[in-house]
Amino acid sequence: MKRFCIALTALVIIALVLVTGCRKKEEGLEMGPSGPAAYKVGAMFAVTGPASWLGEPEKKTVEMLVKQINKAGGINGHPLKVIVEDTTGMEAETVNAMKKLIDKDRVCAVIGPSRSGTTMAVINVAQEREVPLISCAAAAVIVQPVKKWVFKVPQMDSDCVARIYEYMKEKGWTKAAIITGTTGFGAAGRDQLKKLAPEHGIQIVADETYGPKDTDMTVQLTKIKNTDAQALINWSIVPGQSTVIKNARQLGLTMPLFQSHGFGNIQYVKLAGEAAEGVLFPAGRLLSVEGVPEDDPQKEVLTKYKKDYETTYSEDVSTFGGHAYDALMVVVDALKAVGSNKAKIRDYIENKKGFVGTAGVFDFSPDDHCGLDKTAFVMYTVKGGKFVPVK
Amino acid sequence: MEFSEILQYIFAGIKIGSIYAMVALGFNIIYNTTGIINFAQGEFVMLGGMFMVTLSKLMPLGVAFPIAVLAVVAVGCVFERAAIWPARGASVITLIMITIGGSFLLKGAAMLVWGKSSFALRAFSTEKPIMISGATIQPQTLWIIGVLAIVVIFLAVFFKFTLTGKAMRACAANRAAASLSGISVERMVLLSFALSAGIGAVAGIVITPVTLVDYTCGPSYAMKGFAAAVLGGLGVSTGAVVGGLTIGLMECFGAALRFEGASTYKDGIALVVLLIFLCAKPSGIFGRAAISQLKKF
Repeated sequence: MKRFCIALTALVIIALVLVTGCRKKEEGLEMGPSGPAAYKVGAMFAVTGPASWLGEPEKKTVEMLVKQINKAGGINGHPLKVIVEDTTGMEAETVNAMKKLIDKDRVCAVIGPSRSGTTMAVINVAQEREVPLISCAAAAVIVQPVKKWVFKVPQMDSDCVARIYEYMKEKGWTKAAIITGTTGFGAAGRDQLKKLAPEHGIQIVADETYGPKDTDMTVQLTKIKNTDAQALINWSIVPGQSTVIKNARQLGLTMPLFQSHGFGNIQYVKLAGEAAEGVLFPAGRLLSVEGVPEDDPQKEVLTKYKKDYETTYSEDVSTFGGHAYDALMVVVDALKAVGSNKAKIRDYIENKKGFVGTAGVFDFSPDDHCGLDKTAFVMYTVKGGKFVPVK
Repeated sequence: MEFSEILQYIFAGIKIGSIYAMVALGFNIIYNTTGIINFAQGEFVMLGGMFMVTLSKLMPLGVAFPIAVLAVVAVGCVFERAAIWPARGASVITLIMITIGGSFLLKGAAMLVWGKSSFALRAFSTEKPIMISGATIQPQTLWIIGVLAIVVIFLAVFFKFTLTGKAMRACAANRAAASLSGISVERMVLLSFALSAGIGAVAGIVITPVTLVDYTCGPSYAMKGFAAAVLGGLGVSTGAVVGGLTIGLMECFGAALRFEGASTYKDGIALVVLLIFLCAKPSGIFGRAAISQLKKF
């Protein structure tokens, strides 16, 4: 009997390891012609794993841009070499990737990672090693309070929350139910949702969470259904965010559904199917380039990126690929101006004004390492399976 | 808590509990015939869903269903012949480790074939929920319960009334005696894997319209199904069903508790149950023959 117990317990432990999973790190890709004068930039994206719908378009964007830049003669004659590491969306791998890029590959700047949680894990590395880090993650805590070497290019999650609350107030909805993922981005979003509710006159009547691997959110949504919430706000970037939408409609929840700007890949819509119709979320202008007026400063950048990406890869653009574009081009702009000295790159980015990207027009400053405010957002809805801006 | 809310949780618990029950049944079949715990069981569930997703794009659901099940049964048979049968003389622990390795292999193969995305399947009938006393139940849940009932009845009839079923029970009771009676034990082992794979596939197919399927979803089902099997008594079919439904209901009611973070710890409930039973009552609720099974160790 005792041996049976011990054997079974050992098996349980082994099975637990199975469940948590062991991930293999991919070899970094080398791109562009190498040579003594190449500018080396590191990139870390969640190409595989739960955030792969962020990391894959990011990696593809970077590969496409590097080819274009080197074909046009590089940066002031120097070829550009971007070394891409796959973080698999996990903190440990991200830290390892960062250290490898800095210590072994000796890059002058690092763009990425894709997720807020993994970004928070490498902030200390960037600060200690004094390497500029331009993150593609959205949580405000990444740059608030400001860290000398850390920047981010997506719009702030706090601004996204503010936009959603403003829209709700316009429509007369004051009671919100929130359901957030327990990941870095989800938890940061939850904090912002709770923090900003009072000043917008919004009352949060339900506060539910779900894990990144959860496959069924019926229970949490049932609790929400039994409150007097007038709108539901869903916050995460994992495929589970589509399950929330599906489950909500299956339970017969008719209230308006808001998503974060982590919804900006059409794959999430496909996964949610018909239930996604009518979902509302703020995102950058990249998702509706045709509707952007000709005199808008972003029009040219948006049109070219969309055309290049969709022709090269035969898939729709996503806001995430756009973040990678912004991050890399910010660094390229700095390299053009000041060369590959890390401190000079950092100083240049910190003082850059009017940088036109896909997420918006960036105005960096020593107090603001994000450079965007809520005017970078447009409110979108899903109609006929496509992203359509709301009038 | 209102009645309609409680009813909603019961529906959710039965929905997911039925899947755990089917996985537990799969564990039991292989355990009964061979004495090993097949930790690749979760992968059979995942593969069922994956094959169904691919096949449903090429043919109607009704045709895709049996073909997908057969495909996973084939995988189960190949797995048994390639990984288990060559090591048939090895100790139980070694074989169990082989199944764990096999689960990694199947997971990796699935990743190469289908990629890393999550896939959805449309519901078998409609997606429109049915209202019962203020709670909604998806038609797919009724399919899941129906399929569980069919599987349970099929297994009961198979093991009690068919010669092959009785032969498998003979192997489970005493392998040497069964072999001496002219039963091909090796064939029974192969059949047990085929049967478990088939049941796992059925479970995977019927749950995919509700949850999504991706290459990593196997181990979670294996863990919960194993907990259900232990809870109900390893090797006892009634136990598998009771254990599965119990864990499903406990998960849903646990997540429904009104304290912060309740839904976050939902997954831990099955593991806590497993640990409690392993320490206090390893034979589970219905198991009493655990001692005789230990003779194999």
